[in-house]
Amino acid sequence: MSDGIDAIPVAAPPVLHAPGFWKRAFNHRSFVIGAVLSLLLALAALLSLFWTPHSPYEVDMAAKLLPPGGGHWLGTDPYGRDVVSLLLVGARASIVVGVIAVGIGLVIGTAFGLLAAARRGWVEEAIMRLSDFGFAFPAILSAIMLTAVFGAGMVNAIIAIGIYNIPTFARITRASANAVWSREFVLAARACGKGAFSITMEHVLPNIMSVLIVQATIRFAIAILAEAALSYLGLGTQPPQPSWGRMLSEAQTLMFQAPLLAVFPGVAIALAVLGLNLLGDGLRDLFDPRLARKR
Amino acid sequence: MSLFLFKRLITLIATLVGASVVVFLVLEILPGNAAQILMGPDASPEAVQALAAKLGIDRPPIERYWNWVSGMLVGDLGTSYAYSTPVAELVLERLALTVPLALIAMTITTVLALVAGIYAAARHNKLGDVGVMGLSQIGIAIPNFWFAILLILLFSVHLKWFSAGGFPGWDEGILQGIKSLLLPAISLAVVQSAILARITRSAVLEVLREDFVRTARAKGVSRRGTMWGHVLRNAMIPVITVMGLQFAELLAGTIVVENVFYLPGLGRLIFQSISNRDLIVVRNCVMLLATMVVVVNFVVDMLYAVIDPRVKASDI
Repeated sequence: MSDGIDAIPVAAPPVLHAPGFWKRAFNHRSFVIGAVLSLLLALAALLSLFWTPHSPYEVDMAAKLLPPGGGHWLGTDPYGRDVVSLLLVGARASIVVGVIAVGIGLVIGTAFGLLAAARRGWVEEAIMRLSDFGFAFPAILSAIMLTAVFGAGMVNAIIAIGIYNIPTFARITRASANAVWSREFVLAARACGKGAFSITMEHVLPNIMSVLIVQATIRFAIAILAEAALSYLGLGTQPPQPSWGRMLSEAQTLMFQAPLLAVFPGVAIALAVLGLNLLGDGLRDLFDPRLARKR
Repeated sequence: MSLFLFKRLITLIATLVGASVVVFLVLEILPGNAAQILMGPDASPEAVQALAAKLGIDRPPIERYWNWVSGMLVGDLGTSYAYSTPVAELVLERLALTVPLALIAMTITTVLALVAGIYAAARHNKLGDVGVMGLSQIGIAIPNFWFAILLILLFSVHLKWFSAGGFPGWDEGILQGIKSLLLPAISLAVVQSAILARITRSAVLEVLREDFVRTARAKGVSRRGTMWGHVLRNAMIPVITVMGLQFAELLAGTIVVENVFYLPGLGRLIFQSISNRDLIVVRNCVMLLATMVVVVNFVVDMLYAVIDPRVKASDI
């Protein structure tokens, strides 16, 4: 590449190694709380791969519905399984569903959004109308359709939540990418003969990355909520794999005998979602401080 | 206005046609022979053939699609395999619970969110604002079905003010009916109002910075008068957009919450139909919910133009 195109100034995307980023980050309350909670979620899932206080699959009817304390910090469920172990392994299900479902939405939705912004005209119109159409099917409706045909399971839940994420990412990408396409440095790149594909990959995508990271964090939180709801309904993660949503559905039948069983999984879901939302808010403020001042 | 309306109507119809094609392909074509599914793997081919002919599923897919869509337009949704009852009757019966539930939830959402959002904006960066925003952050993180379980724990198990679930029917009196929908509606509304309160606050703050607000204050209009007369109307566009999306979320949420409270609404019907392999009911219920979502968003688009006449000019 010696045609001078390399000399085109590329607007620096707000990257994590920008000067002063981490200093500002550590002073940002939402970011710190969100990062700590999200890290705890990830550590819980990671820890469950190597260690849990008891086996989350081992049924011990002699130890059923034990109150918190002793050998079982948060007690046991109606099958005598340790609640802490179930919560730790449940974190894994949430993360797996969240990562893959957001990944599906991010990859496909971003590709469509970038295509819409690069091509404009009827391609953009068609993609936007298709994404409008995607909004007609909230995650739970997609999951119901898939379950009715293929049966319940984690994979169908992931696909349903992933499909639900596609239009959101397509719309956000297209809106942000259109703004970048109207910038002068893109005009300069076009004047130098760069094609739509290389402009998209070298100039547009890096400049909308911060928007995508923030959105991915927020959609991750929504995916955790959707997975929990689907598992609660019996459409998501299936036994014997522990999941927070199904723990709640089992606890509901025992509310009179063991009300605390209905509290712990809910707290776990709420903390995970709260952490990711705060992290998303924090990242948005850090990537675009003008927004923080406005809010 | 008429061009704006026309364009939106075309989009609405195209979206509904697209949705019906997807629903038909997924719930009618993908599962294969519904007669075989209903009769099980051991049924004789003749019996399966006879049932297929009775259900009309031996016809070509395009003819079946056309029959379904044209039937829907005149209120004929076919007959449930499991209940041997017209699907339209079943759905109408269940809608008598789901629609009031969603409407009560939306009303609670709107009232809570507007009060909290305007209060927070009026006390920007003060204790009240920080408190409302903190609470809303927690509200957004709480799954509605867990909140529903907590409400049952508190109001049904401990205080015994409400029943833990079930619906007596509207024949038992409107008050009794509303009472049994109150906890489900609150559990749906609290999460949604947390989101809407944040949007309301941001929108009000945005408008409060506008020049015309300063002009109104300089002319001697009181703070309250400025808020009600100038700020709120202008702040309503983003609020109404989100309300439209939220109604869709509420409808989807009713599917979950009806199952928490064992309410005989559309959500329960869908679940019973999935376990009965009654795909004709599932298909019509999913299509109905998708239609409601699309129509609500269409109404929201129309409301934009009423609230802010500039919208039709830019023709979003």
